[in-house]
Amino acid sequence: MLATDTDILKEAEAWKRAGRGVAVATVVETWGSAPRPVGSHLVVDGEGNFLGSVSGGCVEGAVIEEAADVLADGAPRMLEFGVADETAWKVGLSCGGKIRVYVERVD
Amino acid sequence: MRLDLLSTLNAERAARRAAILVTDIATNEQRVVRESEAAQDPLADLLAERFRSGKSGIVEHGGLQLFFTVQVPPVKIVTIGAVHISQALAPIARQLDFDVTIIDPRTAFATPERFPDVPVLAEWPDAALPRIGLDRYTAMAVLTHDPKIDDPALDAALRAECFYIGALGSKKTHARRVERLTAADFGEEAVARIHAPIGLDIGAVSPAEIALSILAEIVATLRRDRRRK
Repeated sequence: MLATDTDILKEAEAWKRAGRGVAVATVVETWGSAPRPVGSHLVVDGEGNFLGSVSGGCVEGAVIEEAADVLADGAPRMLEFGVADETAWKVGLSCGGKIRVYVERVD
Repeated sequence: MRLDLLSTLNAERAARRAAILVTDIATNEQRVVRESEAAQDPLADLLAERFRSGKSGIVEHGGLQLFFTVQVPPVKIVTIGAVHISQALAPIARQLDFDVTIIDPRTAFATPERFPDVPVLAEWPDAALPRIGLDRYTAMAVLTHDPKIDDPALDAALRAECFYIGALGSKKTHARRVERLTAADFGEEAVARIHAPIGLDIGAVSPAEIALSILAEIVATLRRDRRRK
């Protein structure tokens, strides 16, 4: 199983060493009833394969899309999702929480 | 994140040592601080607090917003007694991502046939435990009822400050255990750290139910900060 965040980082290293582009997304702040704790990771490769979770499924799709941009230009991004945010509502953080996710490329 | 930092984090984890990745959110400048180096670090106090709590989070320091990714070693469970409860406990523990090791000197119990998926050591705890290494990220469940086997394991777990220590047995059995540990110079506070009778009170009857109650108690101890009051 790959349920723990540190196992996910191990996999991220293996992917990178195998020559794949890898972005790491990390939950850095949460408010309200966010489903995944601060420090949770999602790793994404250049083909959109991913492991881990930053929200238990609510905003993963949006994070994976942003990760593609981070992989392309190498600039880290801070993403924010919450009920007040129309995009986040659309992608489904309907649990009433709010999260900030930092996405960076492994170089 | 630089690959060498990611690599360091993973190496520390593999060696069961805590480490913190410090990220300056504005500049993406990053470094890894090992627990052994934290006392000499300019952020020593902030780092120490995070190593204690094991929690990642944003830290304000000198006008900077830093994110601490706190990595503590994965939890392992050492079970003394290759008994029915342990057979039920091992697969559930794996689902929960806990590493399990079974120790029992009784060779009829400690067989790979009875425990196909986890390491099982047919040795006395005294011999096996120093090799396995107990630490603050270890949970110990002693399940044999036999003081010759259980007591040395409890002794080692108390000294290593295992975050969870549980012992099977009735209140009467435990009272005698407390007497023996007290005679061995363990203070009241140390002895009180032992969960006995072991497991959350869910009225468990079968070995699998008892295994569930033990694992629930281990999770409840691990996540005590998050529990509803």
